[in-house]
Amino acid sequence: MSIWRKTAVVGAYEHPTRFAPHMTPFQIHAESARGALADAGLTIRDVDGFFTSGVGPIGIMSLAQHLDLRPCYLDAQSIGGSSFVSHCLHAAAAIAGGLCAVALVTYGSTAASERFAIGTGGSFATEPPDHFEAPFGPTIVGSYALVAQRHMHEYGTTSEQLAEIAVTMRRHASLNPHAKYRDPITVEDVIASRMISSPLHLLDCCMISDGGGALVLTSAERARDLRKPPVLILGGAEAVRHGEIGTRDLLDVAAFQSGPLAFRRAGVTPGDVDMCMVYDSYTITVLTTLEGLGFCPRGEGGAFSAGGRIGLGGALPVNTDGGGLSSNHPGMRGIFLVIEATRQLRGEAGPVQVRDAHLACVHGTGGMLGQRHSGVTLILGGT
Amino acid sequence: MSKPDGTSYQKYLPRIDEESRGYWEALARHELHVQRCRDCGAKRFYPRALCPVCLSAATEWVRASGRGTVYTFTVTYQNQAPGYRDALPYVLAVVDLAEGVRLMTNVVDCAPEAVRIGMPVEVLFEDVTPEVSLPKFRPA
Repeated sequence: MSIWRKTAVVGAYEHPTRFAPHMTPFQIHAESARGALADAGLTIRDVDGFFTSGVGPIGIMSLAQHLDLRPCYLDAQSIGGSSFVSHCLHAAAAIAGGLCAVALVTYGSTAASERFAIGTGGSFATEPPDHFEAPFGPTIVGSYALVAQRHMHEYGTTSEQLAEIAVTMRRHASLNPHAKYRDPITVEDVIASRMISSPLHLLDCCMISDGGGALVLTSAERARDLRKPPVLILGGAEAVRHGEIGTRDLLDVAAFQSGPLAFRRAGVTPGDVDMCMVYDSYTITVLTTLEGLGFCPRGEGGAFSAGGRIGLGGALPVNTDGGGLSSNHPGMRGIFLVIEATRQLRGEAGPVQVRDAHLACVHGTGGMLGQRHSGVTLILGGT
Repeated sequence: MSKPDGTSYQKYLPRIDEESRGYWEALARHELHVQRCRDCGAKRFYPRALCPVCLSAATEWVRASGRGTVYTFTVTYQNQAPGYRDALPYVLAVVDLAEGVRLMTNVVDCAPEAVRIGMPVEVLFEDVTPEVSLPKFRPA
């Protein structure tokens, strides 16, 4: 039994806030749920499947209480910032399998107003592999920098090529009234910005903002009667990469596993895709993800990302909202990838609308690219 | 915790547990060991009770030569965690041991800007507590 093309995203809402010291994370979850349900034309009483992450080990129960939900299906997936992309995949399986009818996915965070130092706040040592890494001082940005340095060594990738990714995201953000950073930047600006962990400069790194969002999914059949054109889940897959037995190729990121499987399940190829949403925690994340998804061969991500190809008007517009590099990044960005893809496939993306956008590829990365990370790919189709 | 010289050590200390005790005890003697499965022969790092290749518990320790090459690295200029922020800039690296496994470490005893991928390095042992010595590397 295939689950593909049987379920759809029917409600999507991105909380407009980027800095909310006057709000709690649960309040952002609740306001986002209200927005996504209104977008779908459903009520909170319709929800019987609940999906969230980033709320503490058993926080999904507290959040269910906060929203007075009584779901018959719960999923508190915890694989880093990609968790919310994973929620959509799991919701598709749950709905197609009859375990729930209306799935609500919510996210809320006040990481910026609480002044969390995420990327450079050091690491934590709780589980076995951590004890062989944390003593040496890896930061999150440092973990991604290990991959960037190796990519440069093996393939001649340059800081200028990485910088072009940041410049493109900023150009997209300049068209997004909610984006946190909207002033144009140049390749020279990125390279002149402070080195955080070589070869990654400050402007190679995503920001920390506040924010949140929500999604509503249901069956394709029920979706036909709802307010907005459905965005069908055509295919998807997950992966985790780690240090193996101490032999891992750091450039073989999770997208190399989840991407081809997701495309095969959807029955489409990278060449069919109209736009792509990629977790841009760092510029190197975009470059390696595009290789893994199959948009270009391994090693060619630098050249592929240059020359305007991934910008609006290019062959493969990526992160049309401005991404985590320039629009928002409250610590776990996965939900915004699906929200912006939904806007694009509905034709609601306004000044950043990709013309004739019918097929979108979404890929979330979670965790630390050079140590342990997850990858979740979703292929979404408009009608 | 205090270092052997009595100063306070603020960086993360590894938790020594039943799966890793032999590794840390060897390091305290200034020896670097990796595990080898006595059934399938696979070497593994970090140490753990069962071989992830065949799930055998038959394990032996192999003393590493301490020689290796830099697989990748980053010069860390910002880390707000106690201990590390006072050591900036420092080199976080992944080193390929001659024995065929990769481990995370620091490259020390050279200018951070001088580190290169492929550079030959050799192990040295930093005694941070009476129980814990960390394997770090310097240009060979």
